[in-house]
Amino acid sequence: MIPTLFGITLISFMILHLAPGKPTDVLADFNPKITPEARERLEKMYNLDKPVIVQYVLWLNKIVKFDFGESFSSDRRPVIDKIWDKKQPLTERRLFITFMLNVITMFVILVIAIPLGITSATHQNTLYDRITTTSVFIGFATPSFWLALLLMMFFGVYLGWLPISGLKSMNYDSLSLAGKIIDRINHLILPVFVYAFGGLAGDSRYMRSSMLEVIRQDYIKVARAKGLPERIVIYRHALRNALLPLITLIGLSVPGLIGGSVIMESIFGIPGMGQLLFMSVMTRDYPVIMGIVIIVGFLTLLGNLLADIGYMLADPRIRH
Amino acid sequence: MLLILLTGCKEKSVSYIQSDTKETGYEPAYGDTLITGSIGEPSVLIPMLAGDSASHDIAGLIFNGLVKYDTDLSIIGDLAESWEISKDGLIITFHLKKGVKWSDGVEFTASDVLFGFNTIIDEKTPTAYKEDFLQVSKAEVLDKYTFRVTYKKPFAPALSSWGNLVVLPEHLLKGKDITKTTMTREPVGLGPYKLKKWVPGQELILESYKDYFEGRPYIDGYIYRIIPDPATMFLELQAGGLDMMGLTPLQYTKQTDTEIFKKNFQKFRYPVFSYTHMAFNLRHPWFKDKRIRQAIAYAIDKKEIIDVVLFGLGSPATGPYVPNTWPYNPDVKNYEYNPEKAKQLLREAGWKDTNGDGILDKDGKPFEFTILTNMGNNLRKNTATIIQWRLAKIGIKVNIRVLEWSTFVNEFIDKRRFEAVILGWSISPDPDQYDIWHSSKTREKEFNFIGYNNPEVDELLEKGRRTFNTGERKKIYFRIQEILAEELPYIFLYVPDATPIVHSRFKGIKPSPIGISYNLPKWYVPKPLQKHAMEP
Repeated sequence: MIPTLFGITLISFMILHLAPGKPTDVLADFNPKITPEARERLEKMYNLDKPVIVQYVLWLNKIVKFDFGESFSSDRRPVIDKIWDKKQPLTERRLFITFMLNVITMFVILVIAIPLGITSATHQNTLYDRITTTSVFIGFATPSFWLALLLMMFFGVYLGWLPISGLKSMNYDSLSLAGKIIDRINHLILPVFVYAFGGLAGDSRYMRSSMLEVIRQDYIKVARAKGLPERIVIYRHALRNALLPLITLIGLSVPGLIGGSVIMESIFGIPGMGQLLFMSVMTRDYPVIMGIVIIVGFLTLLGNLLADIGYMLADPRIRH
Repeated sequence: MLLILLTGCKEKSVSYIQSDTKETGYEPAYGDTLITGSIGEPSVLIPMLAGDSASHDIAGLIFNGLVKYDTDLSIIGDLAESWEISKDGLIITFHLKKGVKWSDGVEFTASDVLFGFNTIIDEKTPTAYKEDFLQVSKAEVLDKYTFRVTYKKPFAPALSSWGNLVVLPEHLLKGKDITKTTMTREPVGLGPYKLKKWVPGQELILESYKDYFEGRPYIDGYIYRIIPDPATMFLELQAGGLDMMGLTPLQYTKQTDTEIFKKNFQKFRYPVFSYTHMAFNLRHPWFKDKRIRQAIAYAIDKKEIIDVVLFGLGSPATGPYVPNTWPYNPDVKNYEYNPEKAKQLLREAGWKDTNGDGILDKDGKPFEFTILTNMGNNLRKNTATIIQWRLAKIGIKVNIRVLEWSTFVNEFIDKRRFEAVILGWSISPDPDQYDIWHSSKTREKEFNFIGYNNPEVDELLEKGRRTFNTGERKKIYFRIQEILAEELPYIFLYVPDATPIVHSRFKGIKPSPIGISYNLPKWYVPKPLQKHAMEP
């Protein structure tokens, strides 16, 4: 796992520096008040005058000591404070917000996609199967930013039922605990719905095909031949095996979900890590980008590892 | 000159100012909160360290300067009661207001100014605003309320540079690394508002400073919400989550033209301190020829661009100044839309369509060039498209390439790999534009990237920044505009309008050439209309 992570950082670092532009551009580009000498001074301050590989080694030297360095943006805050600000309550920290948003979305996707997949498999080629297939693909194909704006307009402006953006209302601090929870949930309904709607297709289709495969197996025929009710056959015997590929799929979906966070958090003004990544890329804030890359890389590898372990526990066939 | 090219939202100018404020017989009252939105989050709240407009929006409410621009663009005292400039223009002596207090209660004195000055010229301070202050040869504190600076050479933009960049609380910052102090995120200022809470990625909450030296602001709270998506922001405005934002031309003319908006909001309109232009690479053999540049100018209809791209919300530009400001010369050579004249000039320069393909050619080469512009600015892209269509009519083939900002600057502008570009400059109220037009400013990363070289303009630019008398400066800059209009290194296209919208419960807004927010502390919401109470 460590060598993979190392490779991820090396490649990301190089690609980042290949892209034109430097962190100093925000201050210096097309600003007549800054002379070329002043620009050089700034670049020196950030070590940007050194070869990329030297910059990478400098960065690596810090990161092995779990020092993420300081942001290149003019606030110069430690990267770790930007991602995981210990001065803020847990629920305000960027990594936590993104993590929770993804966990909730994942949960919603699974709760909808698994039954959807199973029922379309058991009703293969019926009208129901076609309708669900079409709908999940519509969800998959709908541009999320567009859907988000339409829903904001309808539920936020026209009906006034749901808040449009952000994570909490202006009067949040004066609310009771129950009020606070309801306020948070209200703010999460639209983002989670839009986010999940786009993700249904993958998981429900996987579920469907894996279910179809399982119900053709001999032991299902045996179960049916024994006269077990169809409900027991499907949900007790077939489902267990059909769920196996989904474990791997969940493990592998970490990077995709976090990539989606960048878009969702920007549209809905959610102060998570995705929004931070977006803003940092725009300003070429290398240390922050690299900090997030490391975290996402780590989570992805962790996801893969957990999937492997989960698969091993669930499926005795691959334990050896 | 902040955020040049990202033309936008800071300072404004005269010519016409429109507003639909509904002033009634209400009494000013304390209370309520103004909520505004921003697509970017501030990064640092010390003005001299900030490079982005979001940071300056907030820092501008927390810090004040020695001087500021009045609504007629003259310079008036802010923290300075008065000042004297020596006859030779080398020495400025500021007399400061007495009894002004930082928001922690400590008195503001001349040593705070000296401290700020020493900080900004310090090698180790990463600031983009050093240059004006490096012209100073000596800065000294004469007594508690008197501050004097001596310049190496007379420098006309000097006075205006003593704005809010250089006033810092010495008692809190002395001996500290300015980039590492808590001041960057928990500033102590002496402006009308102070920071109460900053929730990263979400909002900055400011509350009024009751002992503000110009009087307690009426509006108790100011909330700056971070909403990265402009479409979301407009929906928040409609849903009541925002009280103020800048509108796009489409939103101003069409989307806010409904009963609900007319009832609940007031819109404003005034020219922004910026202009959009098409610049030629003057090293290119074709564009070296003045006749070609003039022909292209005759072939472009500026009025049409303004009507189509800006929905009429702008005015034609004729030079690098905003109409109706004092340096603006209204009587320069004007290029009315005249395609016949354009064709004639091109013929004189030797361009004819010899092979009948509809494109002019000379020495076997067709007249074809590429206009570059940056991504993320649809106004510029649309302008390029209209120019492409108009030039096709006189036999010039134009290609358009839209590039990501950093690529555009680093790979094309800096390396001089362009034929023509569409860009904008935002301009400061002081007319000095030495960096843009002087022939010594053509090195990489400098701003005369088109390679403009005119000895007379060079001389005038040098004279302009050494002259203090406004009447004489006016003559100098008028002449520069005449030359630029004749030679056309740029085709000056338009000056866009700023179009902010504010909820109609806010009263006391007085639109002016410098915009609407200059008198924010005097805005108020009458008691019966107040919406939000600021938590104590």
